[in-house]
Amino acid sequence: MKKILELHDKIRPLFNKGGKYEKLWPLFDAQDTFTFTPHEVTEEGAHVRDAIDLKRVMITVVFALIPCTLFGMWNAGHQHNIANMGATQGMAADILRGALIVLPIIFTSYAVGGLWEVLFACTRRHEINEGFLVTGLLFPLVLPPTVPLWQVAVGVSFGVVIGKEVFGGTGMNVLNPALTARAFLYFAYPAELSGEVWTSLVAGGEAVSGFSGATALAVVANLPQDVSPVAALCEAGFDWMTLANGAIAGSIGETSLWACLFGAVVLIATGIGSWQIMLATLLGLFAGATLFNMFGDSSYSQLPSYYHLAIGGYAFAAVFMATDPVSAAATKTGKWIYGFLVGFIIIIVRIANPAYAEGAMLAILFMNVCAPLIDNYVVEAHIRRRTA
Amino acid sequence: MASAKKIIKDPLFDNNPITWQMLGICSALAVTTQVNTAMVMSVALTFVLVLSNMTISALRTLIPTKIRMIVELCVIATLVIIADQVLKAFMYDISKQLSVFVGLIITNCIVMGRAEAFALQNNVRDSMLDGLGNALGYSIILVAVAAIREWLGSGTLLGIQAMPASYSGNLLMVLPPGAFIIIALLIWAQRTFISKTLREDN
Repeated sequence: MKKILELHDKIRPLFNKGGKYEKLWPLFDAQDTFTFTPHEVTEEGAHVRDAIDLKRVMITVVFALIPCTLFGMWNAGHQHNIANMGATQGMAADILRGALIVLPIIFTSYAVGGLWEVLFACTRRHEINEGFLVTGLLFPLVLPPTVPLWQVAVGVSFGVVIGKEVFGGTGMNVLNPALTARAFLYFAYPAELSGEVWTSLVAGGEAVSGFSGATALAVVANLPQDVSPVAALCEAGFDWMTLANGAIAGSIGETSLWACLFGAVVLIATGIGSWQIMLATLLGLFAGATLFNMFGDSSYSQLPSYYHLAIGGYAFAAVFMATDPVSAAATKTGKWIYGFLVGFIIIIVRIANPAYAEGAMLAILFMNVCAPLIDNYVVEAHIRRRTA
Repeated sequence: MASAKKIIKDPLFDNNPITWQMLGICSALAVTTQVNTAMVMSVALTFVLVLSNMTISALRTLIPTKIRMIVELCVIATLVIIADQVLKAFMYDISKQLSVFVGLIITNCIVMGRAEAFALQNNVRDSMLDGLGNALGYSIILVAVAAIREWLGSGTLLGIQAMPASYSGNLLMVLPPGAFIIIALLIWAQRTFISKTLREDN
């Protein structure tokens, strides 16, 4: 370790201003601060002494994502083997097969997105931002495992460049970059994102439908009148426990409620994810579902609220996407309003809009756009109360 | 008085009506899914813009200031109806694809904007050149956006296959948001590269 440090200090002048590799400074800086404590310290103004910086925050989120990723890997292999071999091939074989499917997607996402990050960091001469550590992993997890790799590359390019860099980079983006990337693919290549490539087995030929995930959503979306949605789901093999366990077709990281719950616990315990937003989305989801239960006239609207919790991509979206500190509302009251509306809009899109099976992506992107407005009014109301 | 060359050249890049003045965005979103509709639209707009600029410039001393907008609109509307009827008579299929958008040239901000900002203060020759320059600036962007959208969205250019047969079209490019994104990227490129010369000149 000491040797490496000495090497770093020796070559540092090469990358400083005026040095030979000046243009590559962001690359050196990223490697340097990733391995060692940075040399820079805050120079002026009040500063807080704390061990946590952007890197630690992002690494914690990546850690919280591990169960979703591992479960997604197993599930991708599991579904693949069921669809192609007729039955599961045992735990180890399923994981191996899943890793072969999922790892290239994650690798593509990191490589291509990382390339754009470095490019922008070098031209604009700022540090390489750690935010991409999370975006690069979140994005593959909301894709179906059947997505072609070139689409992953195109999608992540769009997410990083249009979703983030045009606004000025990490911390300036209006929209969540991972969801922007996904929205791009969703509207550009709907055929692949609702995938019919290998899992056409579950639920009567309806395949993985992306973030909107689960075939289970497709089952309830097209119910004839006077059929109970719960009965229909159970008949299709989706009772509540199956949905929550998540050994079903869907996007890579979103199917298991428990893995998402683990992420939620980690994020809340470390204080990185906002528990207000997560709880508020839940309230919004339940409120929306209950309203439809009382007043809705289609049979889908009779689906009990706790089913909406386990079905589709809600849990993953609420825990990892809605809580993105940059694009979410920042004020305390604002977080409650923002989260509540995310949950509520998910229900509206799911039940009332026949064009989209799942509303999680659309609801969060929509509320991302509204978040500054919410914050603005919350602050304004606060000032008015104080001056009155 | 600005030279004739400058009047024509300015709106092509540095003072482009779409990417710099942000006018006429609506039609740039609507008719740019295919190159040939974009071209016909460009011709129609060039016809209207040049003639309206000339007419209004010729009438500029006769138009009472208080009702100048109404007079301008009458001139523009007349020209637009002529363009629309000609298209319907001789290019019925394309006219159907363009649907209301030829008629909507009446509300195109570029036409009204040039009449207000230029034709009312300048002679007929300069006004004609100004109309031509702005129409060309509009056409360049329109055709460029349409070419990118048709190429990426359907894999064709002017209806001829321009991508490998296995290319799967990017449907976002066919949807109106695709045009928003392409125009935004063009604006980005313009402000990064082309206006560098503009800054150095000043």
